[in-house]
Amino acid sequence: MAIKEIPLDRLPTVDELNVGGVVPSNGNSALYATGGWRTQRPAFDPSICTNCLICWISCPDSSIILKDGKVVGIDEMHCKGCGICAKECPTKEPKALVMLQGGFYQSNEMFDRRK
Amino acid sequence: MAQAATIAAERKWSRVESVPKGMTGDHTAAEAMRQINPDVLAAYPITPQTEIVERFAEFVADGEVTTEFVAVESEHSALSACCGAAASGARAMTCTSSQGLALMHEITYIAAGQRLPIVMVLVNRALSAPINIHCDHSDGMGSRDCGWIQLYCHDAQEVYDTTIQAVRIAEHPDVMLPVLVTLDGFVTSHDMERVETLPDEAVKAFVGEYNAPYNLLDSKHPVTAGIMAPPTVYFEHKIAQERALRRAERVIEEIAREYEQLSGRYVGPVETYGLDDAEVVVVGLSTGADTARVAAERVRARGIKAGVVRIHQFRPLPVSAITSLLAGRKVVAVLDRAQSLGAAGAPLFSDIRTAMYDQANRPAIVSYVYGLGGRDLTVDQVSAVFEHLAAPSFDASDQATQTYIGARE
Amino acid sequence: MDTTPVRLRDLAKIEERFVSGHRLCASCPESILMRMVTLALGDRPAVITNATSCLEVSTSVYPYTTWKTSWYHNAFENSAAIASGVEAAKNALTRSGKLTEDHAIIAIGGDGGTYDIGFQALSGMAERGHKVLYICYDNEAYMNTGIQRSGATPFGAWTSTSYAGSAFQGKREGWRKDMVSIMAAHGCQYVAQTTVGHWRDAITKIRKALATDGPSFIAVLSPCFRGWRFNTDQTIEIAKLAVETNFWPLYEVEKGVWKLNGSPREPKPIEEFLKPQGRFAHFFRPGGEPLIEEWRKQIDTKYKQLLARVEASKAMPIY
Repeated sequence: MAIKEIPLDRLPTVDELNVGGVVPSNGNSALYATGGWRTQRPAFDPSICTNCLICWISCPDSSIILKDGKVVGIDEMHCKGCGICAKECPTKEPKALVMLQGGFYQSNEMFDRRK
Repeated sequence: MAQAATIAAERKWSRVESVPKGMTGDHTAAEAMRQINPDVLAAYPITPQTEIVERFAEFVADGEVTTEFVAVESEHSALSACCGAAASGARAMTCTSSQGLALMHEITYIAAGQRLPIVMVLVNRALSAPINIHCDHSDGMGSRDCGWIQLYCHDAQEVYDTTIQAVRIAEHPDVMLPVLVTLDGFVTSHDMERVETLPDEAVKAFVGEYNAPYNLLDSKHPVTAGIMAPPTVYFEHKIAQERALRRAERVIEEIAREYEQLSGRYVGPVETYGLDDAEVVVVGLSTGADTARVAAERVRARGIKAGVVRIHQFRPLPVSAITSLLAGRKVVAVLDRAQSLGAAGAPLFSDIRTAMYDQANRPAIVSYVYGLGGRDLTVDQVSAVFEHLAAPSFDASDQATQTYIGARE
Repeated sequence: MDTTPVRLRDLAKIEERFVSGHRLCASCPESILMRMVTLALGDRPAVITNATSCLEVSTSVYPYTTWKTSWYHNAFENSAAIASGVEAAKNALTRSGKLTEDHAIIAIGGDGGTYDIGFQALSGMAERGHKVLYICYDNEAYMNTGIQRSGATPFGAWTSTSYAGSAFQGKREGWRKDMVSIMAAHGCQYVAQTTVGHWRDAITKIRKALATDGPSFIAVLSPCFRGWRFNTDQTIEIAKLAVETNFWPLYEVEKGVWKLNGSPREPKPIEEFLKPQGRFAHFFRPGGEPLIEEWRKQIDTKYKQLLARVEASKAMPIY
């Protein structure tokens, strides 16, 4: 039996459900923004980062963005601001990752070192 | 969305000769399971179902089935394992009684809600307390709302035929629901009967390959099953289930007609006796209704226009069949082998009353409870019921809400 | 079994099958763990069965799913039982030639669904020898329903059903259940203990367990900031302290041979583990010293027992 993708933009009617309520395992929760939960946000300085990837493996929300094995940024849409990445970052002061107060990023502020 | 608005053209079967075998009800269920040869059978023993599991274990040991037999550590795990298997592209079956069904109670709702086409044979036995291993329908009635298709069988032959059909009913694309096939504990389960059985290949062809609603082991289409439905969507999921159960009425009839072609045997949603002209009708399930039929034959010889309706398809309840059969009668007595404690009436009685309420010429409907904990129902007792209801002085308003047959009150 | 050393830059190349957007609390160790599990799987097909828990409800809010593998939730106490059914199906379909792939079957559950309500199903699964890896994310209480005590709650800890009050001080029914030993006693050929803060240890163990021909069990300490009362950024830190104070030594039992995976030369004083957690705040108020003393005693005894098993199993397997 074909398992359909369920529309995310509206609530489904009885007929639009898949049998048993199953959904395809397509990781569509990635389309759901949890970034609004933040009350603090990580700021990242690539010039200090050693690409040890400890922040990446420690992030509960897969929000450390990698490109070619290097850390390039934070997933603003999903980062919940827990602070584990900054805490576990092994660089010494000034660290590659620090937490700033407040959840919203100004433009390009992710790479800004202002506190 | 209906998976297939119209089912495929009805399959045609050539008649195949059956071979008679002398088997008890339990062994008959095991024999049907052997021929079905499910991928997985997970079961836990409980009297009076044990003989099914033991006989099946013999088949396993002798290599007569290729079933993965999972000797689970409880009934709760039995149905859980069946759910895991049915969700993974494997046909799964189980069997239990009484406390076992009660223990797996939460999983029965889950299996139905997740639309897993599991077939379970239930050997009806009284629920504790007090503990009692003999027949009554309190176990099945305790689960009447769980969303399973529920088919009550009155003898080993019907158990055989129904179990085979149940596989096709459960897995039908318009249905996709688990099916309960019941038989009376000890009365049917342990009594030797002559059972007409089909050849192995005929059963194998009839049940065909497992048709899964979804398959966890299909790595090209992985699925997330058992989702959490917030208040915004839970309601619609349950309505979808109810609709599937309603669609099952038609599917049950179609599969029964297919099976008739194959075997020459047909059982409809209800079985009737004497309804051409019956004025006093007894309605019941299983062997109690058989006893009523013998009583009806006797009292007819004395001039009472007696009739019997035995309900085979309990869920979904065949409301239109019931209303057309019972409308216009003088009195209907519903025999229940279970109580619904504290309710307005016993389970089947309540169902029949509700079904008949809107009929213009509805009969008086009265309730009898019998046979709890395996107390035997005799022909004389039912004859007395017919005599009582047929008497000119009978007035339904004099009748107690619920009359017990054969109890020392 | 993949015996190449676990390296983050190799793991970073694997497509993640546990994604973002789930509704777990910020800093939740369960999501850290499940990312590691799917990374350990690589691209091997898998079926994950999940007991009712924080992880289950937060990753399957209809119509969203955080999973890119097949995933199945049924009820609270039967993750191991449904996994047994999946495994039986896999065996049946492999034998009949309908299935040619070798799915990993992983049953997961919290400490509630594993130590307590799910214990029977897990025990049955292990006794019957199903080839299933059972991973318990142990946050030492029934977190999903609001931080109630479980069989994994350590002695004296505050939970919402074992308050620290004037008459009684936290969980008082004994130390805590030792699930790893219990699963070893079932004869499981691989059982282990790890935490979410030791990624190399955890992923190595998951790989080893997946290669076991039979049931395997891993208990993963999962510090929960909400229930243990610490700051969100301390999840990994607390996990490390648990190991460094010998509260949660990293060890494995392979075919009955008990082995420590690194141990702190001189374990840190247990206060370093207890102090950052609000659930032990009453330990540090007047009258709390006997609780800390009980902890010192238990940890010392348990560690010595572990060392004794390590030593004894050099001569013969100890189950």
